[in-house]
Order: sequence, then structure tokens, then C-alpha cells
Amino acid sequence: MSFYELIKSIKSIKFGVLSPEEIRKMSVVNIVTADTYDEDGIPIEAGLMDRRLGTIEPGQKCQTCGNRVGQCPGHFGHIELARPVVHPGFAKLVYNLLKSTCWNCGRILLTKEEVEKYALLMERYQRKWPQLRLRLAERVIRRASKNTECPHCGEAQYKLKFEKPTTYYEEHKEGTVKLAPNEIRSRLERITDSDVKLMGLDPRIARPEWMVLTVLPVPPSAVRPSITLESGIRSEDDLTHKLVDIIRINERLKDNVDAGAPQLIIEDLWELLQYHVTTYFDNETSGIPPARHRSGRPLRTLAQRLKGKEGRFRSNLSGKRVDFSARTVISPDPIISINEVGVPIDVAKLLTIPERINPYNMDQVKRLIENGPDVHPGANYIIRPDGRRIDLRFPKDRKSIADAVEIGYIVERHLKDGDIVLFNRQPSLHRMSIMAHKVRVLPYKTFRLNLCVCPPYNADFDGDEMNLHVPQSEEARAEAGVLMLVQEQILSPRYGGPIMGGIQDYISGAYMLTRKGTLLTREEASQLLARAGYTGELPPPEISEPKELWTGKQLASLFFPKGFNYSLKSNVCLKCQTCKKEECENDAYVVIRDGKLIKGVIDKKSIGAGQPESVLHRLIKDYGTDAGRDYIDRAFKLFLAYIDSRGLTIGLDDEELPAEAKKKVLEVIRQAEAKVSELIDIYNQGLLERLAGRTLEETLETKIMQELEEARELAGEIASQYLKDSNTALLMARTGARGSLMNLAHMVACVGQQSVRGERIMRGYMNRTLPHFKQGDLGAEAHGFVYSSYKDKLNPIEFFFHAMGGREGLVDTAVRTSQSGYMQRRLINALQDVRVEYDLTVRGTDGLIIQFKYGEDGVDPAKSDHGKAVNVEKIIERVVKAGGS
Amino acid sequence: MGKFDLLKHELVPQFRIMTKEEVEQLRKDLGVRKEDLPWMLKSDPVSKAIGAKPGDVVEIIRKSPVAGKSVAYRYVVPG
Repeated sequence: MSFYELIKSIKSIKFGVLSPEEIRKMSVVNIVTADTYDEDGIPIEAGLMDRRLGTIEPGQKCQTCGNRVGQCPGHFGHIELARPVVHPGFAKLVYNLLKSTCWNCGRILLTKEEVEKYALLMERYQRKWPQLRLRLAERVIRRASKNTECPHCGEAQYKLKFEKPTTYYEEHKEGTVKLAPNEIRSRLERITDSDVKLMGLDPRIARPEWMVLTVLPVPPSAVRPSITLESGIRSEDDLTHKLVDIIRINERLKDNVDAGAPQLIIEDLWELLQYHVTTYFDNETSGIPPARHRSGRPLRTLAQRLKGKEGRFRSNLSGKRVDFSARTVISPDPIISINEVGVPIDVAKLLTIPERINPYNMDQVKRLIENGPDVHPGANYIIRPDGRRIDLRFPKDRKSIADAVEIGYIVERHLKDGDIVLFNRQPSLHRMSIMAHKVRVLPYKTFRLNLCVCPPYNADFDGDEMNLHVPQSEEARAEAGVLMLVQEQILSPRYGGPIMGGIQDYISGAYMLTRKGTLLTREEASQLLARAGYTGELPPPEISEPKELWTGKQLASLFFPKGFNYSLKSNVCLKCQTCKKEECENDAYVVIRDGKLIKGVIDKKSIGAGQPESVLHRLIKDYGTDAGRDYIDRAFKLFLAYIDSRGLTIGLDDEELPAEAKKKVLEVIRQAEAKVSELIDIYNQGLLERLAGRTLEETLETKIMQELEEARELAGEIASQYLKDSNTALLMARTGARGSLMNLAHMVACVGQQSVRGERIMRGYMNRTLPHFKQGDLGAEAHGFVYSSYKDKLNPIEFFFHAMGGREGLVDTAVRTSQSGYMQRRLINALQDVRVEYDLTVRGTDGLIIQFKYGEDGVDPAKSDHGKAVNVEKIIERVVKAGGS
Repeated sequence: MGKFDLLKHELVPQFRIMTKEEVEQLRKDLGVRKEDLPWMLKSDPVSKAIGAKPGDVVEIIRKSPVAGKSVAYRYVVPG
């Protein structure tokens, strides 16, 4: 018989409820003693650590199965409960069963005809729509529980009340009566099997009365091991503690029942037993206080072991740990390709790739073996064809080992340049969070990455760490290299456009290089191009008299492919009413014709990360990812080289405004203030016109806020007018490299209104924000308007308001990340095995259809133009341009 | 009050009960059982309006902002 014939495949899994008989049958010992070990440390017979429950000490034979520690699976015991208790997990179901059956005769509260009808339906559904069975059961229960008189025995039905977690009351005329679990159990026993089926249960494996416990299984001791501390004191598991409680109360209840104690005492003990059993299952049941350890810590019982992030499922079953991985701090390296990752040499010597020896690599591999584990291009292990591993750390004479290897041996060699590895930064929110890189072994101890891959990883270098994984099989490496390589991920499915591209200095550099007036001598131009790795000829200079000079646009043009045509509006565009296109005096209209940058400046709109319909986007779409990667690797170095040679810095004098401008800003603010007090006056006189849908106070608030907002904007505009064109902060804001005009206005003109919860600041003392103001003051200053700019300084009151607004921002960020993280988790759990099939239908597991055509149009967003299948305008433009001019 | 015809409402797409042959063709094209299509209830207002019975397959043609027109199918189940 072959191995595969022995393998059984699981067709279906059915869950049921343990019957008391089953619990007794699988039990090896009836536990009656609420204790674990005696003074000598010997497990007490019939106690919670009884030897028959399985061995836990090594070397000992199990008293039940005779196996030793690793082999013995552990054995269940049981506790005979003196009185039955409701299983808290089934309490709701028990309630449903009780209210839809007759308390007297135990039949379901439906007429014969109804029963027959539903039974027929149930059978039909079972065959055709098994998924609908439970819905029908719900309907049956809803119908049955409406009946107030039993159609079978004619008995009037009492109203049933369920009080979480495990109490049931019956409303009699004389008052409400609590139902004791044994009464519940006997009622459940009376329900016929056919009625049970109608209510959606399979009576063969889940009889209703089994949901009221008469016997409690005791898990094997291996499930709840006791630990011996260094001081020799034994400490028991939380589950054991809980079981001790249950047994103790159970024994007391038994004694009291036997001694014929008063009903009241028995009921008290009974309820206590119910409490202990409930908390044994779930110690976070709502409505009851959690059972606590002596130290006050809540106990970790069965439900807690399974639930949540630290539970069995998420932590142990879904949580995977891997070999061949590394983690360290990341730092930037603008020299290496975006496809590469700098791997510290120490890491490269620890991570290995198995390589099978063949005639072609024999000599190289032998050299690796000779180098051994401590010299970089070396090897750590040799695996012989019989599976034996040779550790290269210990033998002195590696030369002879190297000579002895033959074809077919596998060598675990060090990581070397060009190997494909997976690189990942958490949180892995989209597929670009794990990409394949080519190894570049480098000195020092950090992973190095090209700055253009920061956006997809959302990485910066303030201490971020990243993980690296080494695929071990040829298939895995090939797949990673073809599908996951960084260059294949430049175009993001998130928005049809490149997610990677220029950031910060790349953009500033590109702008400064390509703007009008950038002229370079032969020496300068050569220097820059050399750094960019350009090896071709220098183009003829733009200006040859009196000196040879090249424009920055000429240099930037060298990296576009021949025949590349494109035009767009750049980020510095002022968005004039009518665009003058090529004649733009700001040089904001970019024209690239036949791979030459003719007009316009390169900035964020052309090469920025996450900019759809940019030069970069077009380039990659038309010339492929190789060309795109090559452009980013080389042209971007030119931009950096230029910004390096020229320098870009901002200082205090960049925030300086001329006196004239300051005066104007002040004037604007003063006017706004006057308008605000005017508004307040109108309001006080009761003449303010109410806005639709708002109260008078709200109207005033919105109007004041509008006024102040306008003032800040105006101040900012004035400021930016007076800032010199040489102002680097302004340059960065305009090109989109970093910061905004608003940030700039904050620094030089006026910080403006601070807000909490989208309103001006209203909290603090009675009718005022701070004791410095009169009660009821509605003015700008009293509600968080900051007149000053950051450069001028904030006065203490302004500072305080600013801190309030700032704090809210921080809290919001923290709350948002946790909330969106949870949302992401749920989304991913719901969508993880949905996929697009070859016929463009979207299907879940076992082929159930979710969409008949992916996204209704079958378009891959990564290959689209910003979500659209085609961008007709651009195509027309291209065709016209290419043919016409 | 005049009787309201929900099928005439602007936001309600076109519904049509498919013939046996069409269903068979669709089933072959998609390679699934009828039960694997998305479901709609017999008690759904639209099912009532067009008189769909359990076991029927309904074709829905709706306007789509991205594709202009998109077609979907629903399998009618009791309930």
C-alpha cells in the first residue's frame, strides 16, 4: 500500500456537545479532592494533579497509558456536579429552546400542520440550500415562542425571561419564579428529537439537556502545568485554581444536600457553583465580576486562553516564526539602485542560500567552502546527498573538505551581491510593503535602501527597523524576482500612478537644475553627469560664446529615451485662467519632445512619488519597468548631485519680512479683529441674521471663524508676495518638495486660529478660557486666535492655546492609527482569499462568485491611467504632436 | 395613494428572470452551480415585483460609473 492511500482527507467537520456519558467514558478519574499535592510533593490521589491525568515529570511512566512524557497525550478526569448548572456558552440557546417548547409536555409550540410544514421545508433545504437551514431554524423558534398556549396539551405558557449570563425567570401570576437548572434540564430532556431537529440542532450529537452540565470534564494536567519556582514554592495554573474552587464548592454543596440543609443555603451554594463554572469557561462574562487571583489579578480561564491577540489562535496557530530572516535599523543610500538593498556583512555571513554543486559552479563553491563561515563570500554548512550536515565552523582543515565535495552536494553559502531577498516593513498594509530586492553586501550594521522606496514602505530613518527574508528555493527566488522586484511595483494599484519617485531633495534638486538660468561650465556639467553614471557624449553647449555653457535642461534631457514626448503643467504652475502653454513665463509648462526637455521645470508633478500622469508615469508605461528603474537610478542621481554641489538650506533670515510687509500683515489682522468685534456687537444687539440650520450662537461662531480664517490667508498671501524668490523655503513649498505655503505663512506672518473639536477654543473656566479674560468675552484673542508668527514668538496665552490644538492633533493621530489598524485587520480577514480568476470574475473560496467582472470594467488599476482604462486626451495629444509638428 | 412601482424607480436597476436555456449557458460559461451565484431572497421586494421563485436566476443590468453598463446575476432562494 502506498503512502498516499493511507492519507485520509477531511470531507467535513461537525461540532457537537459532549454528553455526560461521553464525559464519564473519556474520564480516567473522578476528582473529588480540591487539592493538588501533599506535604511531600506527591500528587494527591483523586486530586487535581492525579497521576492518572498524564505524566508531566520527565522519566515517569503514565499511570494510564504507560507512555513517557512526550508520548503520553494526557487524559481527562471528571467532576460529578452535586447539582446541575447551565453551561454559560449555551445559555442563549437554552433560552431559545425553553421559550419555544411547552413546559408541561415538552413539545414544540407549533400546531401539527406547522410542524409538518417546517419539517418538510427543513428536509428540502438540507438537500438544496444547506446554508439556509439555520435561518429556517431561527424562523421556527421565532414562530414557536410567540404561542402562548401549547397546541398539543393546551397548557398555558408562561413568559420566560433570560437574565445574563445564566439565570432564567418565569413570570407567573403570583410573581416571577427563578428556574433552577435541574428544572431546566428536565424540561430540555422532554423535547423530542424531531422537535430538536426543527430548531436547527442534530439530536444525535447535541441533545439540548447536555447543555446543562451534570458532569464537568477536568483537562489533563499537561494543559495546566504547575510550575516550581526557584524558591521551591509550587505555583498552580489559573485553570487549576478555578477547578479547585469548583470542587470545593461542589463538595460543600454535596455535604449540605446530604445533611438535609435548609433550601436557602443549598440555593446559595448552588448559585456559587454556577458562578465558578461560568468563570471557569469565560472569566470576562459580562454581568458578573471576574474571578481573581489572590494578588488581585483576574484569572486567565478557558476563553481567555483562546481569545484575542495573545490567544491560542492569533498567537500560536496563525503566528508564524521563520528562519533565514534578519532585522535591523535602516538607513538611506542614494547610490544603490532602487532594486537593491544594502545588507550588512555580518548579516550576509549568517543568512545562507542552499546551492547544489554542479560541474559549472564546482570551483567557486570550493573556494566558498575554504573561506568557511567567518570570511565573507563563504559557506556555513555542507549537506551531503544522504542528508548529513557538515558544520564548517569546527573543522580546522576546510581545504580537504572542499576537495572532498562532489556533484550533488548542497552547500549553504553566504548571501552575496545579486541574490534575491524579500524586504519588509511593518505594518504591511499593502503589497508594496514586501518587495524583492537584490542584495548588495556592504560594511557597517544597517540595512541600506534607496530613498525612492521610502514611500511604498512608508519608511523614514528616525530609527525604523526592517525585516529581510531569504527565499530558499529556486522557484521562490524566481517568483520573487519576477513578480515582487521593486521595479515591478513602481506603478501602484492604489492609484494608477507611480508610488515611487522623487521626494524632498530630489524635487528641489531637479527644479534648481532645470529652471531658467542654470548654466554650467564644461567641468561642472561633466562632474554632475559623472556622478549620475552617464557615459555618453556631452551634447553641444547651449551657449558657446564667450564661454561654453550648458543649461540644466540639457543635462536632465540626457536620461530620457529617444522619441519620448510628453507635456504637462508643473507644480509651480500658478493655474492661470488661460494657460499660455509653451509661452508660460514661469517656465511652468513642461514640454519634452523627442527625449529633450524643451520647456518647463522638472518638479513634483513630473517626478514626484505618487503623482499620476507624471513624466515618470508615462515613461514607465511606455518604455517598461526596466527603463523606469534606470531613469530613477541615474537621472535622480543627477538631481542629487546638483543639489549637493549647490547646497540648499533655510535659516532664520528666510523667515524675515520687510517692515512694509509686516505693517500690511498687522493691518489685515487689525481689520479682521475690528470685523469680529463688529459681529459681536451686532450679536449683542440681537440684530444678527441666523444662518439656516444653526442657532444664533453658532451663526456668530461660524462668521467669526470665517473672518479670522480669511485674515490668516490674507496675511499669508501678503507674506509670500514679499518673500524673495531666492527664499529656499518658498522654493520647496512651490515645487512640492516639502512644506506648504500655509506652513510658511505660519512661520512668517500669523499662526491663526487654534481649534479643538473643530471649534474655536471654548473650554477652561466658567464662561471664559483663561482667567485673563472677562467672562463671556467672545473676541478672537480670548478663544485661541494666535496673532503672532512662529518667528515673532508666541505670547504665553497664545502658546497655551497652541498647545491645546497641538495636543488634540496628537491624540487624533494615535486614535486614528489604532482604529484604522483594526479596520484593516477586519477587511483583510474578510477579503484574504478572494481573487480575480482568469475569466475576470472575482471569486471566493470554492468558487462562489462575488463580482461578475472585476470592478465592473475588468481594469487593473495598476495598469490604468489613474483608475481609467485609457486616457483619451493624452493619446490624442500624443498622436497629434507626433504627426503634426 | 397610487400604487408605487419600484421597478420604475431611477435607482432600481433592470431585473429580468432568465430562461432555462440562458441559465444553462451562464452556468456553463462561469463553470459553477446555480447555488454558487450570489443569492437574493424570494421575499425581496424586487423578487415579488417580477415574480421570481426559488431556483430562478435573475439578471440585473445596472448603470456603472466605470463600465457604463454592468451585468450581474442573482439566484433566488426561499425566505
